[in-house]
Amino acid sequence: MSNLYIELTNFTEWLLGLVAALLDWTKLGFLSDFGDWLQTAPVVDFVSTLLVAVIFLITAMMFGLCFIWQERKTLGRFMDRRGTQVGFLGFFQNFADGIKVILKEHIVPKDSDHLLFELAIFAYLASTFMLFGCIPYSDNFYVIDVDLAVLLGIAIFAFGPFSILIGGWSSNNKFTLIGGMRAAAQLIALEIPLLLCIVSVAVLTGDLSFVGVVTWQEENIWLIVPLCIGALTFFIAAIGESERIPFDLPEAEAELVEGWATEYGDVRWGLQMASDYFRAYILCGLFTMLFLGGWAGPEFIWAEAWYLSKTFIVFFFFIWVRAATVRIRTDQILKLGWRRLLPLAVVNLLIAVALKVAGVF
Amino acid sequence: MPSDEMWINMGPQHPFNHGLWNLRVKLKGETITQAEPIIGYLHRGWEKMVENRTYSQIVPLADRLCYGSSLSWNHLYCLTAEKLFGIEAPERAKYIRVAVLELQRITSHLTWLMAVGTDLGSYTIMTWSIRERELFLDLLCKLSGARMTYNYCRIGGVRNDFPENYERDVNRTLDEFERRLRDLESLMDENEPFLMRTVGIGKMDGKTAMNLGLTGPIMRASGVDMDLRRLDPYEVYEDMKFEICTHTDGDVYARYRVRMDEMRESMKIVRQAMAEAPSGPIRVKAPRCPPKGNAVCHVEDPRGESLMYMVSDGTERPYRLKVRSPNFVNLSASPPMLLGFKISDVPAIMGVMDMCIGETDR
Repeated sequence: MSNLYIELTNFTEWLLGLVAALLDWTKLGFLSDFGDWLQTAPVVDFVSTLLVAVIFLITAMMFGLCFIWQERKTLGRFMDRRGTQVGFLGFFQNFADGIKVILKEHIVPKDSDHLLFELAIFAYLASTFMLFGCIPYSDNFYVIDVDLAVLLGIAIFAFGPFSILIGGWSSNNKFTLIGGMRAAAQLIALEIPLLLCIVSVAVLTGDLSFVGVVTWQEENIWLIVPLCIGALTFFIAAIGESERIPFDLPEAEAELVEGWATEYGDVRWGLQMASDYFRAYILCGLFTMLFLGGWAGPEFIWAEAWYLSKTFIVFFFFIWVRAATVRIRTDQILKLGWRRLLPLAVVNLLIAVALKVAGVF
Repeated sequence: MPSDEMWINMGPQHPFNHGLWNLRVKLKGETITQAEPIIGYLHRGWEKMVENRTYSQIVPLADRLCYGSSLSWNHLYCLTAEKLFGIEAPERAKYIRVAVLELQRITSHLTWLMAVGTDLGSYTIMTWSIRERELFLDLLCKLSGARMTYNYCRIGGVRNDFPENYERDVNRTLDEFERRLRDLESLMDENEPFLMRTVGIGKMDGKTAMNLGLTGPIMRASGVDMDLRRLDPYEVYEDMKFEICTHTDGDVYARYRVRMDEMRESMKIVRQAMAEAPSGPIRVKAPRCPPKGNAVCHVEDPRGESLMYMVSDGTERPYRLKVRSPNFVNLSASPPMLLGFKISDVPAIMGVMDMCIGETDR
């Protein structure tokens, strides 16, 4: 149990006790019974879990928005301009954009498959928001810490292409169809090297929970040192997984308008766009956790701050790659994924196994 | 049609086409099996419209043929009209025109580079070339008072002489730009993804290019040494020392290289023309009505060979004015370039063509 849970369980007990006391004060029998039921363990657990989830969602979304801000400012500097200027240091640009997309009209194409069209985007967003829950900030601040947390995160990640494909297909538009197909092909091609890198981490640390992986790195060495090939492969595959330039083929705006999301307007589009950054944030978090020692660091600031600052630094490299390169073609991405990243990931796995067998760690 | 093939309309409103035109492509998977450019969405009836204007009224209208290089069209019109009127611009005006035309060529090529950047997905290329273009827009603005449609040439000369310290400013700008051009080139030439997207794409050999009537940098990229500044010199180009930039590969990368090299050569020409310009008058008086007859004139536009054919019936308005737009011809050569390549290559191939619908549709 994380400290967050314990704090919030105490808070929930106090809150529900207050409600129960109020209900008791009415002197109505059935309300007093209801108050008693509120104080039972399952209800307290449920409410405290809900509170944890809400707090986590809001903090993660805020950091996701900070990523958008960071991209705008840093990319601006790369391009010799200032980036957004709305509000204090441009912090309010995201909120202005958010208000704008919320006020837009909700348009559904006439010939689209209405039900799937509406559901697909929420399936995509739901998988993104679920990912938030998998990523701990420190050993005191997390939602879940199951034994296979890393695997769970990747499994949820793999859910994305399905919703993209369904969304692209149901829009009844040729651009979205091609975009959806590209997304599916690309994500599968890059997911395998990504998973193999994670396997190499699991081989060395002998653990698939984030807390375990980070604890191992705290005790031994940051995994980027022995597994530098794997870290590089993971980094490239992560850029592809988050559909960023140079691998943003699913929404290549030059040829496919907006790719699979062409027909989505209003807040759905806004959330889809933000979701790209949330996914990038999660992948940066994964990279930090797997290779950069997560929240490990000298104790003069909080562990969470260590974790977040490392994540932001990883994202800086994402932005750097975006500023320096152009978009490459689908066939080139697939070639890169299958012919370059996969062998590299296998080599990396062999190194990990060799290190383990030789008993270095 | 088999179910694995489909027609896609890339346009008239599409992020990749600069201007308003439509490229219909037939895809098998993602490979292009058929392509068909459709234009006419921006047709303004320019050639008919000018039949109702006096000769001096057409000068600012000629600017509107192309927003990217308005000065070269403006100049072409004045050159053709001078031929028709039987007058010749003074020597100084010719040097000024050459210098300004080459400045315009650099801005036009930078606008093209900006579009290539967005087409290939790199906003850094776009913002950097916009930044560089601004240097030259400042120069042209200082000279003519406008940033886009300069209305600078006149029948029989140019509107005004260089402003004070203009030669110093131009040389400073060119020195600065030479340095920045190296940065800009290293952003692309040493960039593996950029090479992946351009080398070997949209190949066209010199013979096909000639048969299709291509002109300009695209033609020169296929190894054909054709530049009207050298083959049929106008103004004072025969006195200028510069190289014709050609490339043998005939692919997108070659077209990109040709334009980048041309910017260097243009800088040389500007420096020469500024240094060698004699003093003297800049404009001669043109009569109101030309004699009966016709005149034809072609120049090397940044995009290729542009030509104007003018017929006069002795009145103050032209009887007929025909424009040959380089892009109109280049665009018709796009299907053979596109066939067999992927849909992702469409922005690369069409982007380096430097589409300008204003002159294509007229």
